[in-house]
Amino acid sequence: MSATPAVKTFVIDGVDASARPEQTILAAAREHNIFIPTLCHLDGLSDVGACRLCLVEVKGARRLLPACTTRVEEGMEVTCNSPRIAAYRQMTLQLLFAERNHVCSVCVANRHCELQALATSLGMTHVEIPYRFPSLTVDASHERFTLDHNRCILCTRCIRVCSEIEGAHTWDLMGRGIQSRVITDLDQPWGESDTCTSCGKCVQVCPTGALFQKNRTGGQGCKDPSFLPYLRTMREEP
Amino acid sequence: MSRTITIAPVTRLEGHAKITLQLDDAGVVQEAYFHITQIRGFEKFCEGRPYYEMPGIMARICGICPVSHLVASAKACDALLAVRIPSVAAHLRLIMNLAQLVQSHALSFFYLSAPDLLLGMDADPGKRHILGVAQVSPEAALDGVRLRQFGQQIIELLGGQRIHPGWIVPGGVNEPLSETKRDQMLAMIPAARAIVQRTLAWFKRDIEKFHAEIEVFANFPTLFLGLVDDEGKAEYYDGHLRLCDSAGNLVAGNLNPNDYASFISEAIEPFTYLKFPYYTPLGYPGGIYRVGPLARLNLAERCGTPLADLEWQQFRAMSAGPVLSSFHYHYARLVEMLHATEKIEQLLLDPNILDHHVRATARVNCNEGVGVAEAPRGTLLHHYKVNDDGLITHANLIIATGHNNAAMNRGILQTARHFVRGDQVAEGMLNRVEAVIRTFDPCLSCSTHAVGRMPLQVDLRAADGTIVRRMQRDSTQGD
Repeated sequence: MSATPAVKTFVIDGVDASARPEQTILAAAREHNIFIPTLCHLDGLSDVGACRLCLVEVKGARRLLPACTTRVEEGMEVTCNSPRIAAYRQMTLQLLFAERNHVCSVCVANRHCELQALATSLGMTHVEIPYRFPSLTVDASHERFTLDHNRCILCTRCIRVCSEIEGAHTWDLMGRGIQSRVITDLDQPWGESDTCTSCGKCVQVCPTGALFQKNRTGGQGCKDPSFLPYLRTMREEP
Repeated sequence: MSRTITIAPVTRLEGHAKITLQLDDAGVVQEAYFHITQIRGFEKFCEGRPYYEMPGIMARICGICPVSHLVASAKACDALLAVRIPSVAAHLRLIMNLAQLVQSHALSFFYLSAPDLLLGMDADPGKRHILGVAQVSPEAALDGVRLRQFGQQIIELLGGQRIHPGWIVPGGVNEPLSETKRDQMLAMIPAARAIVQRTLAWFKRDIEKFHAEIEVFANFPTLFLGLVDDEGKAEYYDGHLRLCDSAGNLVAGNLNPNDYASFISEAIEPFTYLKFPYYTPLGYPGGIYRVGPLARLNLAERCGTPLADLEWQQFRAMSAGPVLSSFHYHYARLVEMLHATEKIEQLLLDPNILDHHVRATARVNCNEGVGVAEAPRGTLLHHYKVNDDGLITHANLIIATGHNNAAMNRGILQTARHFVRGDQVAEGMLNRVEAVIRTFDPCLSCSTHAVGRMPLQVDLRAADGTIVRRMQRDSTQGD
């Protein structure tokens, strides 16, 4: 008989709950229909805790912890919704909007954008942090797709899907801090990439209008990342 | 002692402007300036963006006439793709452009100018607005609302939304027209046409009341520029540019819009952000021209639809040559709205309008493209250059209001010289100076427009700059 219990019991938002071993707070919360906002998490990809929108309070921990990369521990007491967390989520969202140039009205992802949808659902009415208005480029060298750094929130979904699912690892991250940006191969134009298979998975998983199909504009960039869990399941060893 | 009269802001326009009148010692107007006090940065900030975003971005220039910019921008993008778009797509774009013309003309005529026309130029400014119109002529006010609604609803049925529809795209349009929507549009046309016809009837009946205004409201010879089709009919979507002089002589009959830079130059004056386009061979200011409804009806040999052709004949019969008074922009707008209701009906009754092949797709095949269409206010021109990836490297726009800039300035001077004398300036006199601008229906910022809620301040200044007299129009009053 194994010494590890089959389930872990914990308390989430005051409710007694259980989680399987290795399950993250995010996964357990979703099983219990408790809402935690996310942008970098996507079912079917590994988690990196990049967007910081899923921060939750864990009793005894001095700082907030990302629900997507924190595993449930026996006896843990987790708070997903509190005034403090709501304030952090608002600030994180505002920082994302202020960091680059997000202009929803003319964005290809308008009404299909996860960032926009979260801003709406979390009641972000204003951006109180001064916009940075950085001068960023658009890479339209690829035959079918376009990359607009102005709309990238550095969630790295494109990097993970390309590496973990497609196996091409065309995408990566360069620079540090505010200078960070996604690149293809060794910072070559996307259209000149030797490794890109033009599969389009990165476009489908991008939560904003940073990656989109060419010739689509203003709200026409509908995305569907639901293929990912199926691909994962099909590839699992029997 | 010379004085300056400033009218700022000029009201019942789309955008912000001010007028300066310079008086000499005898109180006679010596100079008049029409200042556009804001700058549009679209040409600059769209650099680096993909060409297929241009229609959506450029439509944001204006909340009143986004469709005009959509059309001109999409045509410039068609040129970048070097495709011939499906004919049904061109017809659908034309329907939307004509619907846009109706709603914009209805706004100009009923909301912005009808207060002057129905209440009189000297009426109490507190009542000189659409609600004042509703008091003296409820039917006219309602007609204005309904006619604008007609245009907006057609735009919505085609494009999914009334303002900034994303339906017009490079290569054609996004979605074909459904039979249901076609029938909905057709059902709306008789009522809209009846409104235009009864408005034409009262306007033609009342026009004699404005004899003095007709005489001096930018009533002078200029060239006229606009699109016509191969048969010389008024054209709102395609065709070629025609230029005629004030006597009706053809100056240039078949100008290719792609070559606009070879025949249109832009002069710059220090008192305004708006440039002064002119016909290059005749120089500045000799080559200034007018565009818009008046120009289109002057240039065309007919409208091409039965009822509008009859009205066009009456319109043109007012003068042996082209109609020169800009007061008649109002009249021309009504004729054009009648034509639009007929033309939209003609296009919708063609069974091919329901064809599903509405978009041509291609990559960038040409690094430079020009798109020209007739906006409600006149010829609108978009010119883009792109790199091989399709990113914009250069953009130039010539907006209809810009073409009319020189004529508007000259018109203010003519009107002010006639109506303004000395420092005893009656409000009605200054309203006429504003009203001459309103005949052109300029779209200055293309985003703001006042219907009787903006303050007006008139300063009479001595030569040393001290204010001799200030007239303040309260913001809660009309105009």
